[in-house]
Amino acid sequence: MTEETTAMPMSDTGSGSERERRSPIEWLRDQRDHRAHLFLLAIMLLASIVVIDFQTWLVLTISGVAMGAILFLMASGMTLTFGLMSVLNLAHGAFISLGAFAGGTVLAFWLDGFASSPSFLINLVAIIPALLFAAFIAGVVGLVFEKLVIKPVYGDHLKQILVTVGGSIILMQLIEVIWGPNEIPVTRPEALSGAFLVPEALPLIGGIVLEKYRLVAVVLGLAIYAGMLWVIDRTRIGILIRAGVESREMVEVQGYRIHLLFLGVFIAGSALAGLGGVMWGMYKELLTPHMGDEMMISVIVVIILGGLGSIRGCFYGALLVGLINLYIGFVEPRLAAVATVGLMVGVLMWRPQGLIPVIKV
Amino acid sequence: MAEPILKLSGVKADIDQYHILHGVDLVVPKGELTVLLGRNGAGKSTTLRTIMGLTTLTGGTVTYQGQDISRWPTPKIARAGIAFVPESMGIFGLLTVRENLVLAAVSGPMDEARLQWIFDLFPPLKKFWDKPAGTLSGGQKQMLAIARAVIEPRDLLLVDEPTKGLAPAIINDLADAFEQLKEQQVSILLVEQNFNFSRRLGQTVAVMNDGAVVHAGTMAELAENDELQQDLLGLGLGAHQ
Repeated sequence: MTEETTAMPMSDTGSGSERERRSPIEWLRDQRDHRAHLFLLAIMLLASIVVIDFQTWLVLTISGVAMGAILFLMASGMTLTFGLMSVLNLAHGAFISLGAFAGGTVLAFWLDGFASSPSFLINLVAIIPALLFAAFIAGVVGLVFEKLVIKPVYGDHLKQILVTVGGSIILMQLIEVIWGPNEIPVTRPEALSGAFLVPEALPLIGGIVLEKYRLVAVVLGLAIYAGMLWVIDRTRIGILIRAGVESREMVEVQGYRIHLLFLGVFIAGSALAGLGGVMWGMYKELLTPHMGDEMMISVIVVIILGGLGSIRGCFYGALLVGLINLYIGFVEPRLAAVATVGLMVGVLMWRPQGLIPVIKV
Repeated sequence: MAEPILKLSGVKADIDQYHILHGVDLVVPKGELTVLLGRNGAGKSTTLRTIMGLTTLTGGTVTYQGQDISRWPTPKIARAGIAFVPESMGIFGLLTVRENLVLAAVSGPMDEARLQWIFDLFPPLKKFWDKPAGTLSGGQKQMLAIARAVIEPRDLLLVDEPTKGLAPAIINDLADAFEQLKEQQVSILLVEQNFNFSRRLGQTVAVMNDGAVVHAGTMAELAENDELQQDLLGLGLGAHQ
């Protein structure tokens, strides 16, 4: 969201002769200061390609981006609710689980006939309703949750933490009541399971094996990111959300009911968590009530890393977390768990407000 | 005096445990510019915020165009035709100048002719149309804040110290803008510390001290009477309790 602001000093110095005089070092320094997210991503990609051989690197990168895309779906709702109303919703993980169970039910029980067909188009008949149903259920529960749990504790972070952790436990218990305490296996739709081999004849990438599902996750994640950016950048709702992140009071002074806006964003955020949940469920092919909660550490790292309240920051944060997990996991598996948190600590020491800070004015 | 567009009767308001307004009686005549004068801490800003529903009213009533709006939520008050420019200006710094105005035009797309009028009043807004409002200078931000208040026709403007910290040339531009708004019969309630600026624009005046209005009348009367000025605005005000 602040990209424009931070990038501006660069474009302002853009008179031709001046630009030619700048050394590459200065250019790099500029990138580091004004486009920290791209700078860090570039460094990570370059550093890993030196250490890992190209074909493995490519597979790892695609898997990392897929993981990042799913993480972004799970985290984007939480960063928006925090940015807009400074509500810390620690029950966000329960919405991820809820989405996974709702979507999984469609795939494994209601429309399993379509899901097991080898044709991708017929699979879509199961996948699209599964995604929509997950988003719908998470959204509806989000609506109720906001009214019952969040609304009474606006403006008090300590109470929010206590109350949303409690709400999260209740939601996860409800999942156990409805779906039973056992883990539920969910097989991926037929056309998305397995992998395909890039033909040997192709130069460089010939012979590598790519999991189909990861490619789908990448495409879906990018599509939703693009859609969200469009809403945030181009529509009146998006302008309102950005304005609300800066000053709720002034949004009301303009004549908008900030609470309706927040309710809408909370529902959308829960629905996105639900979507992320189905994607994560299909990735793991196993549903447990705690699957969303287990992701919360990564989700929180992503939104802090990106800058609380920033959609762009959340996206890049998710990519960085997804990638570093796989790169480090490949190079030194024992360090994989440390890598995520290490990345966050490093970034926060460098930029305490995250990669793309949303400054309250 | 014209019929009132806004009337405060015995308005009381608290901020935390402090009583700030102790029964404010104030009348804003329709189509006129009313200046609210007074020392720092007299309760001028709180009066505006209370009218706007941003500070909770604990007693008395606010009547706007014959309706009791004392308990209305802020957005409803805004949509009834009252625009508020706070002392901090409250512009959205991360939004562009255009986006700030798009939001302010609540009822739909901006009116081209009105926008052109605003550009004529405040040319810098056109120049920095697609720049983040946070990069504007103080005077330009104030222009944007006022433009936002008048991008759609409004019946009443509440403006809190628009000249604070601005260069004289810009203060003149603002005065021109207020003159034009007066010609359009917009009612304005202006909080000011700058007496020369107020004297030039104001038709009616109210002076506040210690959370209440202690004098109300025409600006001409106050401007001519040095003794009254000394009494209300000079050192005498401190002992006026």
